Amino acid sequence: MSPLLEVNNVSKAFGGVQANHDISLQVADGEIAGIIGPNGSGKTTLFNSIVGAHPIDRGSIKFRDEELSRLRVPHIARRGLLRTFQQTRIYKQMTCVENMLISRPHANETLGSMLADFDEADYREAGELLELVGLYAKRNLQAGELSFGQQKLLEFAMALMNNPKMLLLDEPTAGINPTLINGLLERLVYANRELGITLLVIEHNMRVIMSLAQRIYCLAHGQLLAEGAPETVRNDPRVIDAYLGGQ
Amino acid sequence: MSAAQLATAAGPKARVAGGYTALLIVSLLAPLVFPAYVTQFAFLWVLVVIALCWNVMGGEMGYNSFGNIVFFGVGMYATSVVQVGLYGDVGAYTAAKGGLALDLTVTQYFVGLGVGMFAGALLAVALAGILGLGMLGLRGHYFAIGTLGLGIAAAELAAGWDWIGAGSGMVPPNYPDAAGIDRTTVFYYLAFILAVATFFTLKRLRRGRFGLAINAIRDDEDKAEAMGLHTTRYKTVAWCVSAFFTAFAGGIVGNIVGFIDPRTVAFAGVTYGVWMVLMTVLGGKGTLWGPVVGAAVFHVTQELFWTYLLGWQRVALGLLIVLIVVFFPKGIVGYIRDKWPEKFGYTVDESATGAAADPAQQGGTR
Ligand SMILES: Nc1ncnc2c1ncn2[C@@H]1O[C@H](COP(=O)(O)OP(=O)(O)O)[C@@H](O)[C@H]1O
Ligand SMILES: [Mg+2]
Repeated sequence: MSPLLEVNNVSKAFGGVQANHDISLQVADGEIAGIIGPNGSGKTTLFNSIVGAHPIDRGSIKFRDEELSRLRVPHIARRGLLRTFQQTRIYKQMTCVENMLISRPHANETLGSMLADFDEADYREAGELLELVGLYAKRNLQAGELSFGQQKLLEFAMALMNNPKMLLLDEPTAGINPTLINGLLERLVYANRELGITLLVIEHNMRVIMSLAQRIYCLAHGQLLAEGAPETVRNDPRVIDAYLGGQ
Repeated sequence: MSAAQLATAAGPKARVAGGYTALLIVSLLAPLVFPAYVTQFAFLWVLVVIALCWNVMGGEMGYNSFGNIVFFGVGMYATSVVQVGLYGDVGAYTAAKGGLALDLTVTQYFVGLGVGMFAGALLAVALAGILGLGMLGLRGHYFAIGTLGLGIAAAELAAGWDWIGAGSGMVPPNYPDAAGIDRTTVFYYLAFILAVATFFTLKRLRRGRFGLAINAIRDDEDKAEAMGLHTTRYKTVAWCVSAFFTAFAGGIVGNIVGFIDPRTVAFAGVTYGVWMVLMTVLGGKGTLWGPVVGAAVFHVTQELFWTYLLGWQRVALGLLIVLIVVFFPKGIVGYIRDKWPEKFGYTVDESATGAAADPAQQGGTR
């Protein structure tokens, strides 16, 4: 069976900066894969390339056997490939419930559905997912009032509300209080196991990614340095070099 | 968890219903109690409508539209053209520059008015759709700048089009004397009905998918796209909704004023065009009641300035605007909402269970 997401020889440069060079990776349906790499190694750029935020210079990106590299961001999102942002993005002036409600899937939108009210099921699902990330009590607060960590949790819940097939998470634990990280990890695993969402996670925290991912890719200077099981990648001398060299 | 539990607390239902009833009674009786002010009251409702419509774009969606005046003028012209065209020749009528009166029966008059207003509204919606698909791909400020020229262009086009009277304008058909009810009173109630219809339609739309989608576009359009929203579609529909009711307001104003000048009445950018923005900012962008409150305060102040500061009324108005923007940047309702957020339903639900196990319970800000 072909992989769910297939990135082949993708390159992307910004002016003189070669942010991604000839990167290939595959993520199988149901898997949790990780991407690590020092700051500026091109991880976020790769996510942007995958979700269509900018055109790529070379290569191909396939999701469920469909070529994505010519599609725009919302079209890709509606196909069930969703991303969260490193600089958390939520709708600040809207309440948490409203953030959730408007995150329901938007495929098959008609004029009728655009002007429709939310139904009981929308509210129920919004409530349940807010409960899952522990924000139910704050559901009627404006999202901008939440702490940074809570905003990250809300963004994650919004992504689940969108019912994606695959989720790209850009540093989900960055800036989160260490005591909250385990709770977040449990929820990521829950999304994968119970909701069947394939995950590709960029992560800085080695402990986190080691316990979460089944396979890891390591980027450095825009290139793929190593890939494999977490233990193998962690003990790869080139990876150790890149991290020490990057410090 | 039911919708009712999750939804923002609406406050005691009885009190809300009481408030609406009181407003309804006052509005229905106003022309009988203050017959001298009926035209002023009618204008108040018109202002409420164009402010509510502008708020959909500038307030709820964060797209400052300086093009809404086009829909106002299109609605005004289209209404009168249909009013005349159903019973006479538009070209001959306008060429006579008011010299050719149509003697319409009561039925003819009201049929023409009704058909005309709906035709105007549909035309405005079509125009908003076409302009929207062209312009709403632009983000925020670029869109605002792009719309700046629309009103001026429309005014010049109308002023050069002989069929609708060109620069000499157009006179809507005379009101039939046989109607048995005073003309201004009729238009007062029409304007009132329009305002009520606009308010409740928008109130309903803003809590549904449409309302939240345009709020999301205002708060973070990139995020909205990343979540798969059809942003351009939502933006275009928003402009169409805004255009629909604005056009009705134009149709009514043309008939109240009794003379449609292309530059100073129909596509009147410096009066109605600016006022719709001011009233919304004054009352509170992005709130339900802001445009209503803003229109009322603006209208009353403007009338007072005209009465007591004749000659200086525009200076006073300008100063008032500066003061408001400086001291109440979020407008009257926006100020109240920031001051008493819990009254607007922004509350923490202390009764929610399982708080102790929640990862989010630690490190909250309020
Ligand atoms: N939009 C952009 N314009 C110019 N340079 C960019 C842009 N996005 C990323 N870069 C550059 O690409 C390189 C990789 O950045 P990024 O993908 O954000 O790294 P990471 O997420 O691994 O920390 C950096 O040198 C960064 O400055
Ligand atoms: Mg990054």
